[in-house]
Amino acid sequence: MMTDIAIQAQNLGKDYGPHRVVHGLNFEVQRGEVFGLLGPNGAGKTTTILMLLGLTEATRGQVRVLGEDPWRNPLAVKSHVGYMPDSVGFYDRLSARDNLRYTARLLGILEAERDTRIQAALTRVALDKQIDQRVGTYSHGMRRRLGLAEILLKQAAIAILDEPTSGLDPQSTESFLQLIESLRHDGVTVLLSSHLLDQMQRICDRVALFRAGHIVLMGSVSTLAQQVLGDHSHSIQIEAQGPDLCAALAQVPGVARVHKPTDGHYILTAQTDVRAQAAQAAVLAGAQLRSLKVDEPSLERIYRQTFTEDQTQ
Amino acid sequence: MSTRRIGSPWRGLGAVFTKELADHISSARMRLLEWLIVLTAAAALYGAIQGLRQTTASDPFVFLRLFTDAQAPLPSFAALLGFLIPLVAIGLGFDTINGEYNRRTMSRILSQPIYRDALLMGKFLAGLAALAVCLICLWLLVMGAGLILLGVPPSGEEILRSLAFLVSTLAYSGVWLAVALLCSVIFRSTSTAALVALGLWLFCAMLWPMLAPGIAQLIAPPDMLAVLRGGIDTHTLAWQQGLLHISPSTLFNDTAITLLSPATRSLGPVFLSQIQGALLGSPLPLSESLALVWPQFTGLIAAVVLLFTAGYVVFQRQEVRT
Repeated sequence: MMTDIAIQAQNLGKDYGPHRVVHGLNFEVQRGEVFGLLGPNGAGKTTTILMLLGLTEATRGQVRVLGEDPWRNPLAVKSHVGYMPDSVGFYDRLSARDNLRYTARLLGILEAERDTRIQAALTRVALDKQIDQRVGTYSHGMRRRLGLAEILLKQAAIAILDEPTSGLDPQSTESFLQLIESLRHDGVTVLLSSHLLDQMQRICDRVALFRAGHIVLMGSVSTLAQQVLGDHSHSIQIEAQGPDLCAALAQVPGVARVHKPTDGHYILTAQTDVRAQAAQAAVLAGAQLRSLKVDEPSLERIYRQTFTEDQTQ
Repeated sequence: MSTRRIGSPWRGLGAVFTKELADHISSARMRLLEWLIVLTAAAALYGAIQGLRQTTASDPFVFLRLFTDAQAPLPSFAALLGFLIPLVAIGLGFDTINGEYNRRTMSRILSQPIYRDALLMGKFLAGLAALAVCLICLWLLVMGAGLILLGVPPSGEEILRSLAFLVSTLAYSGVWLAVALLCSVIFRSTSTAALVALGLWLFCAMLWPMLAPGIAQLIAPPDMLAVLRGGIDTHTLAWQQGLLHISPSTLFNDTAITLLSPATRSLGPVFLSQIQGALLGSPLPLSESLALVWPQFTGLIAAVVLLFTAGYVVFQRQEVRT
C-alpha cells in the first residue's frame, strides 16, 4: 500500500555486544522530504543508515522503508533505495560506464535500456565526457558525482547519502548540493548524514540531532530554534549614535533582552526578526542608525547550544 | 513472526560471476601466473618427451607418462601442477573479500538488491572457472604437444584418465581457492591474507609430511616388540596415514599417482596379504583406479565445502560499514 511515509522507525535500537550504540529511535520521514541526520562521530548515524538498508539487523524495535522491513525483505528495499556511503569506492580499473554496467546488472536492468540509463545518469552529474575514462583517474568530487549517478541509474525512491560533501572544494560542494536539490524536485526522498551544518540547514526540510545513540532533537530549523534557543533565536546587532536606546529597544514587541556591550553598540535577542521595528524605534528615539545586522537562528547555534548544554551537564 | 529473509539468495549471482571472471581473465596477475605455469610446464613436458622418445615403444600408456615422467632437475608435469596450482589459486583468491573493503566498494555493492550469498558464491565460482579455464588450456596443450612430438594419438582410457586427473586438479585448486577466500574474509589486510594462505600451503605441502609421523608416534606409540623385530606397528601406521591425509597435498598426490600410473594398485603401505594373487605391474582398469582414489577425491571436495562454509559463516557475521 502506498503511504506518504517513506521511512518509519519505532523504538529502533542496536547493540554491539554489551555496547548500546543506538537507543530506541522514533522518527518518520515523509515522501519527498529532505531529512538530515546530524551529530558527532560515533553518535549512531551510520549504524541507523545500515539498519535502514538491511545491512545490519536491529536489536530492538522496528523499521519500515517504503512499507517493507529492510531486514526481512532487503531485496525489495534495496531495489528502491540508493545509498552513497561516506567514502564511496568504485573499481578503479573500470571506466565509469563499466562500473555502472555492473550496478545495472545487479539491479536487473534490461540490457536494452542499460546504456541509455547509464548515459542519462552520467550526463545529469556532468560526467558524460569522462564516461569511458578509468575511475582510477577521477578526482574525489567526480567519484562523489559517480556515486550520485548510480542512485540516478537506480531511479531510487529514497536516496541515502552519508557525508556527501565531505572533502569537496567549495565549487564541487555547490554543484553537489544543487544535484541533491534536483533530487528533491524529482520527488526523491533524501536522507542525509553530515557534519556540515550550514549545508544541512540549506537543503534539509527537517533534521534529527543525534547524541550518543539518541535523537535529542528533531524538526525543522525554525522548530528547533524555538525549542533550543527559545525567545533568543534571533540576535540583532545595532550600531547607532545619539541618545541611549536601551529603553526604546526594549519596548519593541518580541524583544526579550537588550544588551549594550559598548557605547553605541546594542545587541537585541528576540523571538523573530525585528530589524524593521528596531530601526524605527531607534530613529524615533533620535538616534543616527549606522548598521543593523541579524544573526538568524542557525543549525550551528542550535548544535552548539545543544552540545554545550551536554558538556556542562 | 518468522525472521526468514525474503527473496532468492542467488539474485545477482550471474552478474557477480561474469564481472569477476572478466576481471580474473584480464588481470595482469592472472596472466603472470599463467605464464609461470605454462613455461615451467613446457620445460617439464619437454624433459618427459625427451625421455619417452628413447624408452616407451611398447608402453600402452605413453601419453600418461607425459604427466608423470620427470627428468632431473625438473619435476614431472603432475608434480609441478601440484606445486604451482595452489599458488595460482591463492593468487586469485587472497583479496576476494578484503579487496572490496579496501576499495570501499563493499557497502555500495551490498546496497544493491543482492544478498551476501550471491557475492561470495559468485566470486568463488568465478575464481574456480578461471582456474578451470587455465587447467583445460594446459591439458589441451599437453595433449597437443604429445600428438605432435610423440606422433601417436592417445587411447580412450588415457584421455579419460587425464580428464579425471584434470577434475581432481580442479578440486585441489578449489581447496586452495577456498583457503584464500577464507583468509580474505578473516583478514582485512590483503598482504596478511596472502601470507597466511601461502604459509598454510607451505605447511601442508612441506612441513606436515615431516610432522605427521612424529605426531602419530605421540598419539599411538608403536609396540616396542614389533619395532625390535624390525616390523611396523599397524596402529601407529594407521594414525600416520590418517594424519598425512589431512593435508590436501597428500590427497592430490595420491589421486595423481593412481590416475596417471595405472599400475598403482594400492595407496599407503602394502601388506603381503594384499598382494597375494595380484599380477604385479599390470595396470588396473579405470573403474578400479577411480574406486581407489574416491576417498581422496571426496576428501578434496569435502575440504572445499568445509572451507567455503567457514568463509560464508564468517562473512555473514561481518559488519559492513565501508
